[in-house]
Amino acid sequence: MIFIIAEHRTCKLQDITFQMLAKGRALADKTASALVAVVLEDGSQSYEHILSSYADSILKVRDKCLSNFNSEIYQEVLCGLISKYKPLLTLIGHTSYGIEMASSLAVDLGFTFVSDCVDLDVKNHRVYATRQIYGGKVNSLISLVGENCIATIRPNVFKGAEKEGLHGIIIESPFSIEKTTRRKRFIELATTPTGDLDITQADKIVSIGRGIKKEEDVKIIADMAESIGAVLACSRAIVDKGWLPVERQVGSSGRTVNAKLYIAIGISGASQHLAGMSSCETIVAVNEDPYAPILSIAHYAIIDDLYKVVPLLKDKLCSKRR
Amino acid sequence: MNVIVCVKQVLISTESLKLTGDGKIVEKGMSYDINEWDIYALEEAILIKEKYGGSVTVITIGPETVDKMLRGCLAKGADRAIRFWDPFVEGSDGFILAITLSEIIRLFEYDLILFGAQASDDGCAQIGPMVAQILAIPHATLVTKLELVNNIAKVRRELENGVDEIIEVDLPAAFAVQTGINRPRYAPLKGIMQAMKQVIPTLCLQDIEILGHPSGNFISRIQLERLYTPEIIRSALILDGTTDEATDKLLAVLSDKGLL
Repeated sequence: MIFIIAEHRTCKLQDITFQMLAKGRALADKTASALVAVVLEDGSQSYEHILSSYADSILKVRDKCLSNFNSEIYQEVLCGLISKYKPLLTLIGHTSYGIEMASSLAVDLGFTFVSDCVDLDVKNHRVYATRQIYGGKVNSLISLVGENCIATIRPNVFKGAEKEGLHGIIIESPFSIEKTTRRKRFIELATTPTGDLDITQADKIVSIGRGIKKEEDVKIIADMAESIGAVLACSRAIVDKGWLPVERQVGSSGRTVNAKLYIAIGISGASQHLAGMSSCETIVAVNEDPYAPILSIAHYAIIDDLYKVVPLLKDKLCSKRR
Repeated sequence: MNVIVCVKQVLISTESLKLTGDGKIVEKGMSYDINEWDIYALEEAILIKEKYGGSVTVITIGPETVDKMLRGCLAKGADRAIRFWDPFVEGSDGFILAITLSEIIRLFEYDLILFGAQASDDGCAQIGPMVAQILAIPHATLVTKLELVNNIAKVRRELENGVDEIIEVDLPAAFAVQTGINRPRYAPLKGIMQAMKQVIPTLCLQDIEILGHPSGNFISRIQLERLYTPEIIRSALILDGTTDEATDKLLAVLSDKGLL
């Protein structure tokens, strides 16, 4: 059996769920076994009916206390289910939920664990995983020893599953959640402030990253952005330093933008950043590193020192204006 | 508040990261430093000590060459640093490292254990929750805000797409912190001078009770088959030439597309 743990938030199944269903289906076919989607929910939505057209069976646990993700409760429920069925492989998203829960769940179960996989395969009952290390500069192929494994899957690597028109069997799994005192309590979801600027609405964006050496230099790029009527945005590193506010951050933990023009300056392009801007129409990268991952999705690139390129670009733009 | 911070020294990957013919990372000429996320974990620990009193203990697993990193942590304000090393560590998977760390941590009194949310080398993001599970304490990851009131931590966690989650966690607990949670300080000169004189105790296998751990064995369940350089699919059209030529080309492209 191949298990996937469905992820949902604010009453919606997340994209990663369908990406896991796609990969899970391929692995289930290869091992001639069933694909089982597991969903923990509070009964307000009928996720199981959506999942049943993708998976052979749906294991559903319904309880009021499962309405919001809480790794402590989810782990307790999943530990019970997984140890009962003992799937060869359980897939969980390498998301804020998966990172919170998957590795401790694996320890709880005594299963072999691998995180943030960009590919998975099963050969002779052995699970193989491909991971990216050193920020995507090196790949590692690893094999997992053990009868049962848990793997987290990097989001947006696998294409979401197409509806298969299946009629998966829905099994409601009775599970009494022990009403002990919880050491971890969900309070609420909070949205980071948008501030006075919504970068998701911008047509043109000039975005800066780690290549910017000093806070004063942000001004140089801001001036250039202004000269083409673009909004200034950035990668996580700039927000972490406090040089720009969080509402300017592009990426999976920041905003997703769809600009006509995106100029990435000194941004190497970690997968989290690419997730937030890859659908922009025209992407230009200015980077010293000819191997920077951003070049895999940019349309145009200048491989050069940004401190030489940007001032020159700004001068030319200004003289053009005149 | 007694805070334990687990840190790791990593190879800093620059653009020149290369593999040898048989798939090993060429380490010659490369630099090592404390994992970026761990810098924030250490800062958070020092801030907590400054606010509530108590101590900061830094723990790492590594050979003698990591002592420099530990002195850097002491210089910033950690009270003590402990280094564990034993040959079995080499090639061990995350689970074995988590058991090892847990057994070291058991030697100390603690209210909080802090980790970086992930390491920049392998990016596993797994050790914090594993250690918490082994020590049977609650945990939270991707923490961007930590407030302590009456032995309860009010925690902000970063989810996706600009959405955060607010949770409460009873102490003792383990937290894996995200970059940006604070603004890490630089080590003051006085701290650097004092750290140079400090003794860094070293522990090895016989100092901890790892052998007695029920699920403890030294067979790594994660086995490396091979490392390889991924094929670079470079979609970008390189605008080449001198800086002057390249920028002209870019302006021409943007102008053609009506983007200026």
